[in-house]
Amino acid sequence: MIGRRRAPRLVTEQAQAFTFTRRAMVLGGTQIAFGGLLAARMGWLSIAENERYKLLAESNRVQLMLIPPRRGWIVDRHGKPMALNRPDFRVDLIPDQLHDKERVLAALQRLLALPDDEMDRVREDLERAAGYQPVPVAENLPYERYAAVSLRQPELPGVAPAQGYSRFYPDGAAVAHLTGYVGAASAKDYERERNPLLITPGFKVGKDGLEKVLERPLRGAPGARRAEVTARGKLVRELDTRPDTSGKTVRLTVDAGLQSYLARRMGTASGSGTVIDCATGDILAMVSMPAYDPNSFSDGISHAEWDMLSASDHLPLMNKTLQGLYPPGSTVKPMNALALLDAGVRADERVLCTGRYRLGRGYFHCHKRGGHGALDMAGAIMQSCDIYFYTMVRRIGIDRLAAMMRRLGLGAEFALPVASQRYGTVPDSAWKRRKYDAEWTIADTVNASIGQGYILANPLQLAVMAARLASGRALAPRLLAHRPVETPSLGIDPEHFAIVRAAMSGVVNGGGTGASARMQVPGVLLAGKTGTAQVRRITMAERRRGVLSDYATPFRLRDHSLFVGFAPAHAPRYACSVVLEHSGHIVTAAPIARDALTWLFDAKRAETTLAVLEKGWGGDIPTRMQAEADAWRAARDGAAAAPVAERPR
Amino acid sequence: MRDSLVPAPLAQLPWRVILLVLAIGGFGLVVLYSAAGGSVRPWALNQGIRFGVFLGGAVVLARVPVAWLKTAAFPVYLGLVALLFVVELFGFVGGGSQRWLDLGFIRLQPSELMKPGIVLVLARFYDRLPAGEIRGVNALWPAAVLIGLPAALVMLQPDLGTALMICFGGVTILFLAGLPLRLFIGAAAAVAAAAPIAFGMMHEYQRNRVLIFLSPESDPLGRGYHISQSKIAIGSGGLFGKGFLGGTQSHLDYLPEGHTDFVFATMAEEWGLAGGIAIIVAYLLVVLWGLNVGLSSKGKFERLAATGLSATIFFYVAINLSMVMGMAPVVGIPLPLVSFGGSAMMTVLLCLGMLMALDRQARAAR
Repeated sequence: MIGRRRAPRLVTEQAQAFTFTRRAMVLGGTQIAFGGLLAARMGWLSIAENERYKLLAESNRVQLMLIPPRRGWIVDRHGKPMALNRPDFRVDLIPDQLHDKERVLAALQRLLALPDDEMDRVREDLERAAGYQPVPVAENLPYERYAAVSLRQPELPGVAPAQGYSRFYPDGAAVAHLTGYVGAASAKDYERERNPLLITPGFKVGKDGLEKVLERPLRGAPGARRAEVTARGKLVRELDTRPDTSGKTVRLTVDAGLQSYLARRMGTASGSGTVIDCATGDILAMVSMPAYDPNSFSDGISHAEWDMLSASDHLPLMNKTLQGLYPPGSTVKPMNALALLDAGVRADERVLCTGRYRLGRGYFHCHKRGGHGALDMAGAIMQSCDIYFYTMVRRIGIDRLAAMMRRLGLGAEFALPVASQRYGTVPDSAWKRRKYDAEWTIADTVNASIGQGYILANPLQLAVMAARLASGRALAPRLLAHRPVETPSLGIDPEHFAIVRAAMSGVVNGGGTGASARMQVPGVLLAGKTGTAQVRRITMAERRRGVLSDYATPFRLRDHSLFVGFAPAHAPRYACSVVLEHSGHIVTAAPIARDALTWLFDAKRAETTLAVLEKGWGGDIPTRMQAEADAWRAARDGAAAAPVAERPR
Repeated sequence: MRDSLVPAPLAQLPWRVILLVLAIGGFGLVVLYSAAGGSVRPWALNQGIRFGVFLGGAVVLARVPVAWLKTAAFPVYLGLVALLFVVELFGFVGGGSQRWLDLGFIRLQPSELMKPGIVLVLARFYDRLPAGEIRGVNALWPAAVLIGLPAALVMLQPDLGTALMICFGGVTILFLAGLPLRLFIGAAAAVAAAAPIAFGMMHEYQRNRVLIFLSPESDPLGRGYHISQSKIAIGSGGLFGKGFLGGTQSHLDYLPEGHTDFVFATMAEEWGLAGGIAIIVAYLLVVLWGLNVGLSSKGKFERLAATGLSATIFFYVAINLSMVMGMAPVVGIPLPLVSFGGSAMMTVLLCLGMLMALDRQARAAR
């Protein structure tokens, strides 16, 4: 303000008009220049970058859709399908394209008439699914429902109706633990494999059992379809198609008929049964019941169904044949006898059974309270005398016994295409030192002599034991028909086997403990050994009061019932094991083994027996499972409806 | 002798510009026909009728004496500001922001009319301001208020694109009126400095648009989707395009808003660079004609109004094309006469009608 050097320029109308003209020229020039810039920019996009954008437009327009390969069949030893594919109509949700979730779900529920349980499952899957992962809504739809959804697809973005194939297990629950099931690949599967096939709607991977282990041969190679699609995923037209290559058929050693029969014959019991061919080691049946229905698992099961299966004390989700570990109890006695013979014990040496065996200050009891009197080896096996084995096994020591157990397959993990095996324990002095840092005691030996104590085996091992006893060969169990047969000799004196097999025949046919296993097929005798595995410890006090009856004992505490055997007794062809969990002495394993082996010689007779039994159980497996599910749902809804009115005291 | 063939009022019309506008609008209808998958419904027919009505209105407006416009400038401006207040208070929510007033028979968008409104009122203001005061404070603060008030109200709606256009239109008049250059340079510097602060005050969606404009590929399926798909449509069109009805980006719905804000991309995909250059050149000719009307006018009001109105048309086109080609953030400014929708068409033809009136007077004076 101080030194204002010049006066403000005086602007006249003329000067303003001149400024206007000049600036309007500048404005016009700028506008022309900007127009040029826009034209240049457009030229850059459409000429210089034309190739790139053409490709992008093309990849927008053309969608490469994989055609999921048809999964290879799983067939039984005679070629009968145990897992196959059925054409089906399905509806999936693609989370990425799903915008108006609630509206779309409501529309789907209405169109497909889905129960609330199913909707809960879909919602939950949607939350867990990564954006690219299709969530199955419904499968095996009747055509009308599928068509109803297809018709409305343009208004339901994110919904993908499709025609495809679904896995079908004709025998349902009977094969569940053997074949496993299939399902949509999980996010983890996809991250591991990075294969776009995995996120193709309708594509399934094996989730358990053979389906999981044999994923590679069963999968096949996908086909591809190039199609023009809109941004919403609606198909405009197909451009070209390359067909898929279906997966390989896998043939099993299993006999589907026997598998199904044995599963049904298990009845309402919780347990497992395995049948092995004594000539080849072929597994003819491997059953674990109760089981889930692999068909409904493959569709994606509802929350309620899963809850019910998880809550059941019969463990339908567990493959008991391979993952159930049990004290084998008296079923080890023939094997133990073999160990005794191998160690030089004479078969005719007698031991006096008085009903109890003194060790230090305590007593070990025989299962027969009054005692068996004097018994030789065959008698001890037939009567399942505990005292004989206490005495004799104590004489040879645990380490020789353990060696024989291992030779017959206990503690072994077999080379089988299964998801997992728990191989149990064959205890010996070194094992105890390693595991507990303690010395092996005579009491431990006495327990092991009757298959109790530390010893644990899975039912498959017991079946292998029976098959090796029956054949005298170190049979390797086989599940895949194309695998080589391995039957090396066990290197045990055939005389010894003759003694033990005769005694086992006596168990069933000669007044022994397994009379209920006697077969009604003319000319065929069954040989075997019963067993009971104690789950709880019976105290001295309880023994004095009288042991509780099975009906008075809670399920979890009842004894396991076991049976191993083979037939025909004189020239064994088939061996088996049956293990019933917590069945006590109400239902025993022996008749189940008998009927399973009977089926192999005279299927009609076996079916007749079963038909009568099934009537008593309330129908066949699917009928009973349905009834159980209904009862469970009713109980759950009832509990929800009536809150804590009555509290148990 | 000319008079004998055609009636005078018709002969006085600037036919070259009208034909140019008819060409642009006609081309727009062709593009809308294609955008609907080869159908006049739902867009081309409506748009054609609207175009005819508004163009007729513009021709009628061309007969209005300029003096009326001059007189009406302030009252119209005040009316529009009042309407903006009303929209802010009672306006209906359209597309997430309050922009229009439902009068029953028409949805009135006062912010749209404010674009020519601001030009007229400022032209009127500098018309009355003595030339001697043009470098003084009195030349600046009333103009700042006149621009700032509607711009702020529109910004509140919130409609960044329209607010920007009101500011651009106003500043153009200030520039042409002869305000000192240092003001513009200083303001540009201030805007550059204030940009981060303004960014902080923006709505979430506006901020996203700016961020995505800066790197559209960062979010190709989300907010960057518009720009990415628009560039794909334009770029894949090449020199002469994929042919009429041959665009895949638009017909398969990959291009969002392919009949409204991104109609240029729909056009470019089928007509290529050739079609794009044709539109740019046609618009430049219209704008430069308007500028020329200003240059050949005598009065201060007439000069400023003509150049300002033509600049408004220019800003529409420039902002829309920049946005569609990924040179500006997505601000929701349509391409007038081509994009489906009445508001922008009405505004531009209103501008054109007033320009024709100004042109008629300028030619009469010669």
